[in-house]
Amino acid sequence: MHYFLVILTSGLLAGIMYAMVAIGFVLIYKASGVFNFAQGSLVLFAALSFVTLTEHGLPFWAAFLVTSLMMVVAAVIIERLVLRPLVDRSPLTLFMATLGLSFVIEGLAQLLMGTDVHQLDLGIDDVPTNFLGLELSQFDLFASAVAIVLVAVLSLVFGRTRIGISLRGVADDTLAAQSIGIRLPTIWRVVWSVSGVVALVAGLLWGARQGVQFSLTMVVLKAMPVLIIGGFSSIPGAIVGGLLVGASESLADIYLGPLLAGGAVSNWFAYMLAVGFLLVRPSGLFGDRTIERV
Amino acid sequence: MSATTLTATERSPRMAIATLRSLVWLLGSIAVLSPVFADEYWLNSILIPTIAMGLAGIGLNLLMGYAGLVSLGSAAFMSIGAFATYNLLLRATWLPLPLTLIAAGTITGVVGVFFGLPSLRIKGFYLAASTLGAQFFFEWLFTSFRWFSNNSLTLTISAPRLELFGLDLRSAPGRYLLVVIVTAILWLLANNIVRSRIGRDWMAIRDMDKAAAVIGIPVAGRQLLAYGISSFYTGIAGALFAFAYLGTADAHSFDLDKSFEVLFIVLIGGSASLAGNFLGAAFIVLTPIVLTRVVEWFDLATVFDNGVLVNVERMLFGVIIIVLLIREPDGLASLVERIVARWRVWPLRA
Amino acid sequence: MTGSRTSTALAIALATGLALGTTDARAGGAHEGEQLYPVLTYRTGPYAPSGIPFLGGLHDYIRYVNEVEGGVNGVKIYTPECETAYSIERGIECYERFKHGYEGAPTAIFQPHSSGLDAALLDKARQDHVPVFGPGGGQAQAFDGRVFPYSFPLVFDYWSEASIVVKYIAERAGGYDKLKGVKLATLYHDSGYGRDTIEPLAILSKKYGFEDIQIPVPHPGEQQQTQWQQIKQANADWVFLRGWGVMNPVAIKTAARVGFPVDHIIGDIWSGSEDDTRPAGAAAKGYLAVSAFPPGTNFKVLETLKKDIIDTGKSDLKDTSKFGTVYYNFGVIEGILAVETFRTGQEKFGHRPLNTEEGQWALEHLDLTADRIAAIGATGLVSPIKVTWLDHVGGGSAKIQQWTGDSWKPLTDWLNGDRALFHDVLEEKALSYAKEKNISVRATADAPIN
Repeated sequence: MHYFLVILTSGLLAGIMYAMVAIGFVLIYKASGVFNFAQGSLVLFAALSFVTLTEHGLPFWAAFLVTSLMMVVAAVIIERLVLRPLVDRSPLTLFMATLGLSFVIEGLAQLLMGTDVHQLDLGIDDVPTNFLGLELSQFDLFASAVAIVLVAVLSLVFGRTRIGISLRGVADDTLAAQSIGIRLPTIWRVVWSVSGVVALVAGLLWGARQGVQFSLTMVVLKAMPVLIIGGFSSIPGAIVGGLLVGASESLADIYLGPLLAGGAVSNWFAYMLAVGFLLVRPSGLFGDRTIERV
Repeated sequence: MSATTLTATERSPRMAIATLRSLVWLLGSIAVLSPVFADEYWLNSILIPTIAMGLAGIGLNLLMGYAGLVSLGSAAFMSIGAFATYNLLLRATWLPLPLTLIAAGTITGVVGVFFGLPSLRIKGFYLAASTLGAQFFFEWLFTSFRWFSNNSLTLTISAPRLELFGLDLRSAPGRYLLVVIVTAILWLLANNIVRSRIGRDWMAIRDMDKAAAVIGIPVAGRQLLAYGISSFYTGIAGALFAFAYLGTADAHSFDLDKSFEVLFIVLIGGSASLAGNFLGAAFIVLTPIVLTRVVEWFDLATVFDNGVLVNVERMLFGVIIIVLLIREPDGLASLVERIVARWRVWPLRA
Repeated sequence: MTGSRTSTALAIALATGLALGTTDARAGGAHEGEQLYPVLTYRTGPYAPSGIPFLGGLHDYIRYVNEVEGGVNGVKIYTPECETAYSIERGIECYERFKHGYEGAPTAIFQPHSSGLDAALLDKARQDHVPVFGPGGGQAQAFDGRVFPYSFPLVFDYWSEASIVVKYIAERAGGYDKLKGVKLATLYHDSGYGRDTIEPLAILSKKYGFEDIQIPVPHPGEQQQTQWQQIKQANADWVFLRGWGVMNPVAIKTAARVGFPVDHIIGDIWSGSEDDTRPAGAAAKGYLAVSAFPPGTNFKVLETLKKDIIDTGKSDLKDTSKFGTVYYNFGVIEGILAVETFRTGQEKFGHRPLNTEEGQWALEHLDLTADRIAAIGATGLVSPIKVTWLDHVGGGSAKIQQWTGDSWKPLTDWLNGDRALFHDVLEEKALSYAKEKNISVRATADAPIN
């Protein structure tokens, strides 16, 4: 039983890390209906910029600020050059465009900052300490705290501020929102900027564990089932989805894997779980229920 | 969001037929003449992959362009076709190659129908999850169970024999002819499917599924059929890609990137255009080669170092994709259509 | 319609590029009289961190041979690059481009620089009669030159590696007889590469009585909490880490996270570079790894390269701090093997560029003795290798090294893998492959190859 709990917690902790990436997707999807595959490249770009700056002697907060600014600039450029010309095109076309975008961002990141693997030390211990009978590390607790703060801040920003309310207006009915004077390009720029900063936070947490390197772009694959379960447009959904995916794939690897040829099953298990969820709730746990009219 | 918005461009039928005819002529003459003129390099690294990937594009286009359904797991279905063909060639040695391919395609089709089942309940982008699940599931399946690769140490499969009526097809022109003949037959078939009752039903469902149901089209049945036929095509394309082009394949030859590549082929070539798939495939195969060759031609490697150049190439590839998506909403097929139209009235200005 | 103009321009640009680019460059003779040695690269994508120093070492050594020694017996080596980003399809295009020579220079040997491409070329290369040569990471069954006349998994294979790891653990335990009851967990990348050691470890476990635990990590391996909890639960004494890329630093960090001692983890040859340990920071200090390509700068050949290439600004490395790292030295070793192959072939066929048939002969007769290695200045860097038509590996030894926190320190001298133990199993695999593919098995060294 203790072993089961240990596995469950390690899965849940992994899930929090997945959720951090998923939040970036949710923001963009909510505002512009784009499934942004380039989110992984943004995570790489942000983390790589941050590490390069700190390696040139900038203190943590300065590097964080400068990188955040870079992400804002990137958001403005992306909105102008990619999103605006593609407005009103099919979701699949937009998805493909973000795939193209990911090539550009990855190429640019490696062109400017090289392909070396960088160490990123956030100064938080990652060794086991006893916490309620379970072995957790300070880093795990820190990551969870960051996730909670992030969700809280984003909910506040998007629930209480003017821009957040406009965003919800856009998400509910784009045409109506435009007709009452909400400027779509502004909303997009803001949302892409915010998700750029979220990408930076995710990049720092992931980078501290695995080193800042190209593989950071692959975290999107883990975020996808999280999104499907949580719903493409819900921030709390991303967290709950992340926890569900993390826990279930850990348990599947331990208890299901040995029954099936001994392979690691977690890569597809999450997707199958997601499909199962979809059949019961076609728009995810927390997703907006779309109403179809004839 | 709904899948019905994918594409519903209406072209004038006469125009489309004229384009199709000229394209068929063009591709047909290239196809016939190439073994004579093209050398092994052209056959092996440009023509064979272009045609095989074009066929995979047809498979996805039938599903996406005509029936309006989404799939992000084309590569998984390609791998099923490849592994099925391998095992049939190995274990059912009495089966001639054409029947083997048909059988492998049918197996893929059945699996495709199974993974299409969620489409009866889920719509739009969420549907992609199911096919994405297929993508990862089959990569795992073919790596985990060695039976599929005949207990090969490296989990790779390679064609045990490629022969048609006693003819050895392992040489470059032989493999090329195999790919061209199979693709030509399937292209013709696809052309007839999309103009048949089935094809019209698909387009009706794509453009408005509720209305289609009202006028008595069996929506569920037609959607599953779309998954079946699409997977049949994709499976055969996978077999050709694995054995006529790569020579050897494993589960990772058909990863998510390959699925995206097929998606690119459809969108860049032109949704709901069969000939466009080959243009899209040619684009995907040729662009990286052309970029490196241009670098070589202008001797840029002496100015910049290799690390810079390869990253610039990667960025350019991304930029070209974005520009094409922005500028050519209906894909390269419609671009060719316009150029043809201009030629037809030349020297008069249109 | 503005879209049409842009697209037409784009189409024209593509077409011109195509016409320019694919015109037959092989007919030209700009490099007549030189030996072609195509270099497949991966300077982008997830493998780039290892690719760049590796290519640096390879280019630097060839540059040294060309510019300081004036070529191999006066024959210059021509090394055009071809970027694959580790994709098999791009690799096949490169192979087709170079297999029959390029710009007047003939090809003698072809290096895929990727296990996937190596497997993809297994059949093609035999039909084309192009010897494919992949030091480390080749297919273990391809040792049998009777069935695979054109495949050369030189130097090292994973089966030998498994036996070397067991040998080292036995040494630490105080002899093979002390292995009974020892628990060795293998944490492997769930792929053909990762699964390659399952079978040899089962054989070894049966012979020596240690407990063999196999735990897969799904690609790419960015989360391993579950797997390491499993290792802890099983109470493993040693972990054999067969990782790739990001999986390695994550494994080392997660080991620390669950409290597994890092000096009881032995990394694979692809888990033992600076890029695997450095991102893990302090957690990696004391980590062990198998090393077939020893790092360090205190080899004579590296001192020469430093003087003639690095210090004169001719290096391929942009960041010369990579000089002497694991992957740089791997590149140098590969360069040495290629050059020695050319030398072997030239002794028989004359001092001129070799073709693929001559390259095959040269590889099959490569005999790198300790004396020859000393003459190159690579003692300690390269282990002696003797290839024959019955044994296309020709080596199979490696060292165990330890990460001190900022560099690697060798703990042992060359340890030989127990290749005799696996010989029969691998031979059987090769022969059944021959049967499946209808390949006629060579009966003598000089028998014609079909």
